[in-house]
Amino acid sequence: MASSSTTAAEPHAGHPPRLAHQFDTPAQQFESVVQGMWLFLATEILLFGGLFCAYAVYRANHPEIFEYAHKYLDTFWGAVNTVILLCSSFTMAAGVWAAQRGRRVMLSVMLALTLLGGLGFLGIKYVEYKHKWEAGLLWGRHYQPLYPPGHHGEDATPHTPASPAPAPPPPAPPAVPAETPPPAAVSADAADPSWNLHAFDSGPRGLLLPGSAPPVASEPQPVRNVHIFFGIYFCMTGLHGLHVIAGLIVIGWLLVGAVAGRYSGGYFTPVEVGGLYWHLVDLIWIYLFPLLYLIH
Amino acid sequence: MTAFSPGVALDRPAGPRTDYLRVRAGLASWLFTLDHKRIGVMYLVGILGAFLLGGIFALLIRTELLTPARTVMSADRYNQFFTLHGAIMTFLVIIPGIPAALGNFVLPIMLGARDLAFPRINLASFYLWVLGAVLAVLAIVLGSVDTGWTFYVPYATETTMGGVIPVLLGAFVLGFSSIFTGLNFIVTIHKMRPPGMTWFRLPLFLWALYATAIIQILATPVLGITLVLLIIERVFKLGIFLPALGGDPVLYQHFFWFYSHPAVYIMILPAMGIVSELISVFSRKHIFGYTFIAFSSIAIAVFGFFVWGHHMFVSGQSTMLTTIFSLLTYSVSIPSAVKVFNWLATMYRGSIALKTPMLYALAFIFLFGIGGLTGLFLGALATDVHLTDTYFVVAHFHYVMMGSTLIAMIGGLHYWWPKMTGRMYSERAGVIAWALVFVGFNLTFFPQFIMGAHGMPRRYYNYPPEFALLHQLSTVGAYLMAVGFFLTAAYLLHALFRGARAPANPWGGATLEWRCASPPPTENFEHPPVAGDPYDYSDIEYDPQTGGYVHVPRPAPAAPAAVH
Amino acid sequence: MAEHASTHAHSASDEHVGHRVPLWVLAATLAALLALTVLTVSVTAWNFGRAVNLWIAMIIATVKATLVALYFMHVRYDKPIVGLILVGSLAFVALFIGLTLMDAVEYQTYLADFRDSPPPGYSPPEMPGERPAPAPPATPPSAPPTDGGT
Repeated sequence: MASSSTTAAEPHAGHPPRLAHQFDTPAQQFESVVQGMWLFLATEILLFGGLFCAYAVYRANHPEIFEYAHKYLDTFWGAVNTVILLCSSFTMAAGVWAAQRGRRVMLSVMLALTLLGGLGFLGIKYVEYKHKWEAGLLWGRHYQPLYPPGHHGEDATPHTPASPAPAPPPPAPPAVPAETPPPAAVSADAADPSWNLHAFDSGPRGLLLPGSAPPVASEPQPVRNVHIFFGIYFCMTGLHGLHVIAGLIVIGWLLVGAVAGRYSGGYFTPVEVGGLYWHLVDLIWIYLFPLLYLIH
Repeated sequence: MTAFSPGVALDRPAGPRTDYLRVRAGLASWLFTLDHKRIGVMYLVGILGAFLLGGIFALLIRTELLTPARTVMSADRYNQFFTLHGAIMTFLVIIPGIPAALGNFVLPIMLGARDLAFPRINLASFYLWVLGAVLAVLAIVLGSVDTGWTFYVPYATETTMGGVIPVLLGAFVLGFSSIFTGLNFIVTIHKMRPPGMTWFRLPLFLWALYATAIIQILATPVLGITLVLLIIERVFKLGIFLPALGGDPVLYQHFFWFYSHPAVYIMILPAMGIVSELISVFSRKHIFGYTFIAFSSIAIAVFGFFVWGHHMFVSGQSTMLTTIFSLLTYSVSIPSAVKVFNWLATMYRGSIALKTPMLYALAFIFLFGIGGLTGLFLGALATDVHLTDTYFVVAHFHYVMMGSTLIAMIGGLHYWWPKMTGRMYSERAGVIAWALVFVGFNLTFFPQFIMGAHGMPRRYYNYPPEFALLHQLSTVGAYLMAVGFFLTAAYLLHALFRGARAPANPWGGATLEWRCASPPPTENFEHPPVAGDPYDYSDIEYDPQTGGYVHVPRPAPAAPAAVH
Repeated sequence: MAEHASTHAHSASDEHVGHRVPLWVLAATLAALLALTVLTVSVTAWNFGRAVNLWIAMIIATVKATLVALYFMHVRYDKPIVGLILVGSLAFVALFIGLTLMDAVEYQTYLADFRDSPPPGYSPPEMPGERPAPAPPATPPSAPPTDGGT
């Protein structure tokens, strides 16, 4: 209507400082933010859902891979990490409890403990990854185990004297030459003067490759395709690890805010949604632990 | 999380309030705006730019196919162009097109709200879109892509094209842009409806956006993980999808289509929402079967998740699942048909005004009818084996994606153009451009049905001479369509600077966006409106002074007037 | 929203938002979670067969996840929509895994048939971790480049 743009009254004069202009009440804002966070968590669940799907397909069709390969993992450290993550989830929930009551010191302590738990988790994860790296327990053609399953690298009696040097296999293509030849090698356009149907039966340019070199085989394995387990293992724990890191950044930011006294009983929304995110990270680990470590 | 802490304050004018376009000037006032209207306009500019780019690729493809064998480009160039055309049009244009550009602009105003629930996330999602677009352009620079927009393994992991990873990263980033838009819309619709607006007084466009947002939330993350796995597979040779390492390429197709089939409904549902608005407003008649249209949006969103396997009938999927997916595919046709029935019933005995937006809505119904019905041939197993990867499929999905989604988007653009810019465009030019687009579209894609049924495979560079006439018709149609679109661009731009001032309600719509000024002030409404029935036109009357319609609240028909 | 312009002052009681889960409930939840972790680790000492062990592990994990969701994430005290979002996303994950798994298990028989009676002239590609076959491996036939659907 024409009249609606004539006056210039400012309708938000009474807004509390922490209330964004598009909301009417703090309760509406809080509920909106929490619902938004839950929707975001739903997307996280579906993101991990893809990896769980890949896991399920391979576990159902090739259970022998998982039964063989999981013995390379150390259940003890997996369990320790589970306990750490559960405890940090508790401290986070307690932090929210403190924030709701405006207890600044307790909130800060709880957030610090949570941060410590997350760092501990990552530390243990680092040790586990490092061991796998050194023992050749990697994905694809980089899977060249130095030890039979069950060893954890402590008593270093190499599995096969003939196997490659125990140096960590390089991550990049140098280990496997000719996997990705330089694109400069091919330019088929100009060389093709006759534009008939049969001139195109060689396929698009991307396939005009020199044949890949035969794979580097280390040692015959009792089970085919064990490397798929490690491919899945690194994807799942890697993506989870990235989420832990993201969660730690959030918690660190919350801790700074808590120490500065930014949160009160009336405004603790960031603590609440940060906590929800941290619990989700915990929730996913609760499934990863038995699926990867506790296979019978 | 930073991203979730709500925005503190918008840019508010110190002086008297003006409309959102003029409230602040300067590039920075646009780039850092939190106003949903400005973000919507920025999206619109970006999406139309991407549409131009994808359209140029399409014209190049059609030009190449004008004659058998080489016409203007090499076969490899051709492979890159159809891949880029597909990837740009899908991920940069039609998926974000209606929700992010038009939806962003209209949704809060339709709700009588001041903004979306999370303005900062809205801006972030726009910049994610920009990043995705930059990555797509980077892919062209870095050696292009020739995988097709579906990126099937093992080809996508083996091709030596340098642009594969940028394109995959771009699609990944665009996925998150889409997720955040959907998240914002759901929360806004849940928490910020005005007094009087119950769920069943929500305009049908908002129901459509809500259903779309559900798919965006539930399906897009799976695309994210698929693309991440594909990138890892390409870089590190992981072995989950790669058959040479014991991986499963059919699993990749499951991953891809679990997102990409519902994504088809991300594209079409908002278009259906726009058409529901247009049909009712320009028939000056209450929408027929409101609840059915509303629930059919949700039904399409949910059923859309059960049918992804119909893209894999001939790719090694098991016979059992193929049969199941074929059966389930037919379930989606039910809510789609419910919608078409209700639109037709709305028009029945309405007083139809054939304005440009309405013409696009009618074109939508016609083209969606053809696109939808030809889908049934592809959902049936026996015919699909014959038609898979032929031009029949190309024609089918262009009728649905372009003939329906894009046509509805352009209809919606015309419908909301006066609201967005405050200017009216030339109605005559609009009708001429519409006719060019409509005729050109059918000329482009109808021959492709015939070609496909005769066995012309899609994505081929060369063809036997008997297909030459049909290919040439198709190319001529594409040129005609291009003329139509350039004409549209010309008169809309002309209107932007020289057009007549638009009244607040030029079409006589009853939804809330027509109750604020054109263009709206930054805060949309001074006093939040009380929502009524969004399709009740009884108290909206034409006002010859402003050239628009005004809301004349009249008392309920109480005692009948005295009879003389 | 109609009365929005008039509600200038928000009383303190307005600002108490969210749910207060008592601290002892949180502590009890942690205790239960730790106990279940011990249980799920120790139960692997027994062999009930492949499927049963997996089911036990999954059931325990689900109980743990439910505890975390209900108390740490206080879904129990929240509005039903929150639970709906959580359960809904899980349902769609289940749909995805369910149908894909059904298909993947089903077409394994095709692969087995192929392996048992390969077409003449076919030699299987090598897998990592295996000894090279005595015969030089044939280059796998070039895959059709782009047989994507719509």
